[in-house]
Amino acid sequence: MKTLISKSNPVNSVPEGAVRTSRFLTSAFWSGVTWSFIRAVLVIGIAFIILYPLIIKLSSSIMAESDLFDLTVKWIPRRLDMRSILRNYRDVYEEMNYLVSFRNSVTLAFLVSSLQLASCTFIGYGFARFKFPGSGFLFGMVILTLLVPPQMIMVPLFLNFRFFDFFGIAGWFGREPINLLGTYWPFVLTSATGMGLKNGLFIYIMRQFFKGMPKDLEEAALVDGAGQIRTFFTIMLPGAAPAILIVFLFSFVWQWNDIFLTSMYMRRSATLLPFMLERLTSSFGGYQYSDEYISVIRNTGMLMFIVPLLFVYGFLQRYFIESVERTGIVG
Amino acid sequence: MISLKPRLTLTGKRALWGIVFTAPFTIGFLLFFLGPMIQSFVFSLSELEVTPHGFNLNYLGFENFRYALRVDPSFMRIFTETTIRILTDIPAVIIFSFFAATLLNQEFKGRLLARVIFFMPVILTAGIIAQLEAQDILHRMLAYVADQEDTIATSRAVVQVMMQLRMPQDFIVYIVTAVNRIPDVINASAIPILIFLAGLQSIPSSLFETAKIEGATAWESFWKITFPLISPLFLTNMVFIIVDSFTAPGNSLVTYISNAAWSRGIYGVSVAMTWMYFGAIALFLVIVFGFISKHVFYME
Repeated sequence: MKTLISKSNPVNSVPEGAVRTSRFLTSAFWSGVTWSFIRAVLVIGIAFIILYPLIIKLSSSIMAESDLFDLTVKWIPRRLDMRSILRNYRDVYEEMNYLVSFRNSVTLAFLVSSLQLASCTFIGYGFARFKFPGSGFLFGMVILTLLVPPQMIMVPLFLNFRFFDFFGIAGWFGREPINLLGTYWPFVLTSATGMGLKNGLFIYIMRQFFKGMPKDLEEAALVDGAGQIRTFFTIMLPGAAPAILIVFLFSFVWQWNDIFLTSMYMRRSATLLPFMLERLTSSFGGYQYSDEYISVIRNTGMLMFIVPLLFVYGFLQRYFIESVERTGIVG
Repeated sequence: MISLKPRLTLTGKRALWGIVFTAPFTIGFLLFFLGPMIQSFVFSLSELEVTPHGFNLNYLGFENFRYALRVDPSFMRIFTETTIRILTDIPAVIIFSFFAATLLNQEFKGRLLARVIFFMPVILTAGIIAQLEAQDILHRMLAYVADQEDTIATSRAVVQVMMQLRMPQDFIVYIVTAVNRIPDVINASAIPILIFLAGLQSIPSSLFETAKIEGATAWESFWKITFPLISPLFLTNMVFIIVDSFTAPGNSLVTYISNAAWSRGIYGVSVAMTWMYFGAIALFLVIVFGFISKHVFYME
């Protein structure tokens, strides 16, 4: 890499006039080409490794059962049989109760991510712009919530929501604790208070972003008599669009994929995509289906699980990647 | 509060707003973090019994910790294995993600597409998918075939060359394991790449122009400008990777701990295991922080 980079600069060391006729003979030209070639190989290779699991899923979802036993078939089935492809997808679609579980998963992920977005934006702004007694300490606690593995508080949280007594208040009135498990309330409560999955990271991102925004506009608005809340909503929030997008994308994706918290708060029998996916193959047990066919079903299911995320990502990626540089994730 | 307003100074008012804005976190922290944290410490010292109306605790002292360390059949083994695996992954992830970020920061055709793909593991390698892929026969079969045909053969040849060069055996072992874990390393790198890339783009280009005019080569300006300015991000990324890989849902120790609680029903032991695990994470973080922060350069 050393020689390649350093040699690619001095085009002007070639004598004048020679450049036009013998461009292909300069070492600078060739090292440039070599470096582009190496870079292309590297980028394509890494991209292939990343996409490899996706390619496996796609390729096995279009296979008929007979292709799986055919040793000459690796990626593309011998004959593209629309009927068997459709059958794979229809089986999965019906078995996962796709429409219902998709709707439930979207609702849950949307609910959770919008709540987390709202609370983390609010909190992040509070940490970025205001000094108050203990603010430094409190921000240290944000970092602490990031560092502590969620497994540590999983059992107490579970019990708190199983026997939810409004933090002791219900007990004063002689009320029995209620069971919040199996409802969306645990998600709502933790997300609205910035305690959901990796919310410390979101608070951190929002804080860094707000810190990087110029103070002038905000101060002007305050001087002109806009209240603090109004300044936040009309001046700061529109300016924070890139960071909001990143936080929303992360939070949506992580909630969509999450099985740890979701299986703790919801019963495993809930009609949500990850649970349906987990159970997908259990009804294909027994002897009438081969392991290979079950694998086809499972891969098709995983593909159908990921596709909505790919859509969200594909839709947001332009803004997402452009905004990386402006988010100031880097403090 | 309205009646208070006139009496407060500007600083006082702003402090009040700060408290208002961060109030959700304060509430959440007390109710859903600090409370459960204290409870979990109490649980780790007790035997937990769930009844229809609540739960009972019997004080046990350090019995749960003793059980996890001495009696439990696989905790110690999985604990050491996981820790060692994570520690070997960290340098690989750091180096790879820095390298990839420099690559993605250059101008070339299809850069946008490359970035889109490089960040994709954020989506593709999450809990449930990783878990199912590990069970899946086609994934295993393809991985197995690839191992048999190519990887093992090449790595054998390479290992022989390295052995003939009299390289230290530990080094060879490290390289071979790292090579076999390339897909994991790449997948773990998505967010570190993002952080490095954001850092690379925040370096003012005037610095490079000045260096070029002064006659510095690209190689020199890389080590004299890019590297020092990016160095704080090594720390950020290191902390991120340690935390992320220690708490990742696919991590076998995390799965083991979850199973201890939900399948085996030994809540107290499971919580005790997590406390020891947290202790290990905290220890690594302190060491890394102490070691790296001395070598980090801050512009301001």
